[in-house]
Order: sequence, then C-alpha cells, then structure tokens
Amino acid sequence: MAGTALRRRLSWQVAKVSAVTTETPSVRTIMLEVPDWPGHQAGQHLDIRLTDEDGYVAERSYSIASAPGEPVAITVERLDDGEVSPYLTDELRAGDDLELRGPIGGYFTWGPQDGGPLLLLAGGSGVVPLRSILRHRERTGSTVPARLLYSSRTLDDVIYRAELDQPAPGVEIIETLTRHQPPAWTGYARRVDAALLGEVEWPAAEMPLAYVCGPTSFVEAVSQALVQSGYPPQRVKTERFGATGGT
Amino acid sequence: MSPVSRGFHRRRQDPGENAGRIPPGQYLTKDFPVLSAGPTPHTALDRWSFSVGRAGQQKTWTWDEFRTLPSQDVTVDIHCVTKWSKLDTSWQGVSVDTLLDLAGHAGPFALAHCDGGYTTNVPVEDLTGGKAWVAYAYDGQPLEPEHGGPARLLVPHLYFWKSAKWVRSLELRDTNDPGFWENYGYHIYGDPWREQRYAGD
Repeated sequence: MAGTALRRRLSWQVAKVSAVTTETPSVRTIMLEVPDWPGHQAGQHLDIRLTDEDGYVAERSYSIASAPGEPVAITVERLDDGEVSPYLTDELRAGDDLELRGPIGGYFTWGPQDGGPLLLLAGGSGVVPLRSILRHRERTGSTVPARLLYSSRTLDDVIYRAELDQPAPGVEIIETLTRHQPPAWTGYARRVDAALLGEVEWPAAEMPLAYVCGPTSFVEAVSQALVQSGYPPQRVKTERFGATGGT
Repeated sequence: MSPVSRGFHRRRQDPGENAGRIPPGQYLTKDFPVLSAGPTPHTALDRWSFSVGRAGQQKTWTWDEFRTLPSQDVTVDIHCVTKWSKLDTSWQGVSVDTLLDLAGHAGPFALAHCDGGYTTNVPVEDLTGGKAWVAYAYDGQPLEPEHGGPARLLVPHLYFWKSAKWVRSLELRDTNDPGFWENYGYHIYGDPWREQRYAGD
C-alpha cells in the first residue's frame, strides 16, 4: 500500500470566498479562490482555520467537492451543535476571507489510472468526495463504468440533486431515501444493507474499486457487506466522519 | 498571525482547568469517533498472534499467551489528527517495555504492522519508558473491532494514527521508514503539542 510521497509543506493561506450556494436546507457549497493552490486529487480534503477576535482558533477538515482543475470548492453540512460548520453554512458569504491549507490525504483518491469499475457508496454528506471523483471521471474523458449508491434521509436532503439527475454517460446513480419518500418515488426506500448492495454492486469478479464515505455506522455496515460479498479489503477504501458533537 | 474570521465567535465552552491538556488546534469531544482507511478486519482470536523483534527473528505470542503477560491499567488523554481530543480514556494492555524485554531486542525504530495492511512508524524511544502499550480493553470491556480490537497500539503522546488499530507486530528496524499515512503526507513523528499534523509542520 505504498503511497505517492507527498512531502511538500502545507502552508496556511488566505482564500477568498467567491460564492456560496445552497444545496439543501442545511448544506452549502463554498466556492473559493485560492492564491497558491498546487492542485488536488479527486477525493482529498483540506483544513479550515477560523480565528475570533480574542485569538481563539478552531480547525476542521472538509472534503473537496470540485474536480482537479476546477476552482476549489467545499460542501459543508451544518451540525447544529458544531462550532465551525454553522459559521461556514450560515455566516460566510462571497467576498469573505477563509484561511485554509491543503490538499490533504492521498489514499481515498481516484484517477483514471486507477481504473474500475467504480462503486461509490455515499451516506449523507459523504457524497462530497465521491462527487469530486465523478466530475474528475467526466472531465478526463474516462469511460470507466461507475455506479453511485447514495443514501439520504429525505429528498430535501439530497446534495447535488440537479447534477445527479443528469449523470454522465457510463454513470448510474442509484438513490435510497431512508426516512421519507415523496409520492411516486421510484428509488430505494431503505437503509443500505447486504441485500440492497447485492442488487446494485458490481460482481466481485469484475475487480471493482469501491469508495465508501459517510457516517461511521454506514461505512461499517457497507464495507463489511462488500467484503463478505467477495470484494478484497484492499479494493474497499473508506472515509468516515463520526458525529463529534457534544462538548 | 491568522486573520480574524469576520463574524466568527467561539461556541465551545472554555475548557477551564483542562485547557492545558488540549493541544493547539484540537477540540474536546466526549464521543469516540472512528476513522480508518478500509473495512474493519475481524480476526478470530485463535488465529491472532503478536510478534516483536527484527524481521526473521521475532518473538511471537498467541492470544492466550499474550493475555497471560503482565498488564497495566492506564488512563490517558488522546489526540486525533482530525482535531478531536478525548480526556481520561481508560485502557488495559501490555506495556511495550514488557514486550521488548521478553523479545530481547531494542530499537532504534519500530514499524507497526496491522491486519488490513496498515503500518505506522514510531521511534522505539517513544514506545519505551512507560509511554506505550498494546491495549486489548477499553473502559473495562474488550476492545471493539471498530476501535482496533482485538488489540491496538496505544501511544497517547503522539497523534492517534500512531496508535495503530488491529496491530499484529512491532518490527524493529535501523531506519525510520514512513508508514501508511506518513507516506501520504502526514508527519513522520506526529507530536500534537507541536501540531505536527503534516509533513513539514
């Protein structure tokens, strides 16, 4: 599992917010102008640092939502008991400065050379790095077959809804709504488990490459089910965000 | 000096008397978040073993043998590079001092190998002198697989990615070769008090 050595120093820099767009009632995409961005891989993240007038500092990591070569963007879900995410979703606006450094991480990444077929599994805002992968696939002209299985609570919680309604050729989007479904909903209406995965996953014999991102419970359940259906653990990459609420 | 973020106000309570226990850039959590790069391995205890030493000349214990080694109960603060810190976590495990004494080997560097292929590098002097354990219980219960069970390395004075989950061996080496995350740009040493998150910090 040797990685690409990344030995460049990651310096803090001040980016400019160029736009903030509403994805869902609790999710915003923040477009950034970063003066010294070395480029990123699809699936990487960056660190944000906020400083208040007393010098108090809060740092958090966010997945990069845009593809390599596109302006840097992050998509942030508000956690009501959080400290950084409510600021990013509710207070930050175009023209503001935002201190960041990155890109960070090099394992949960995909490029055309990694091949596929791709099985992308998203729980909630875990879709963010997978969206970067899908955009990168399309921008590079890759023909690797890709499936995204995306689990949300309700239709209103679906991030990138318009974009996902128009998938690129060779991409299948499969959605499940676990809490509430609108009338005439044709997607799945239950939590992702082994049975549901069995209906959508590529056969293990095709040597698929799986990326699983979401809350810990989602990632644990999905990655275990994939391994049990014959996916080699080395072909199942995971990224988890625990709810780190509380104080 | 960081610029002030317009409209940002602290929302977390001042940690008060615990302020000195929280490294720069970290925040306190009472949860125990789970982070790992791949699926959680589930190794049966009758197939589990633990080895210490130089490659090819390692001392190996079965699970049953390992559990007869003298253990310690320790309560320590832990700090994850993803910014959370958790205070007063309680563990039970075997001191790495004990393991190295029994294996009859010493440093200068160790590479921890784990089920699932994960590795991480730690200088042996950071594993000795009562600073590190191979822990198999958390809060009085067997360590859950999601948190690294059956056993994980516990090196609380370094960022928690050094406390490798599902650890199976400590390979002693002459060179400080980077492990898994260290190869992906994370700091070769990882001292939270110097905020050594990434290479060059």
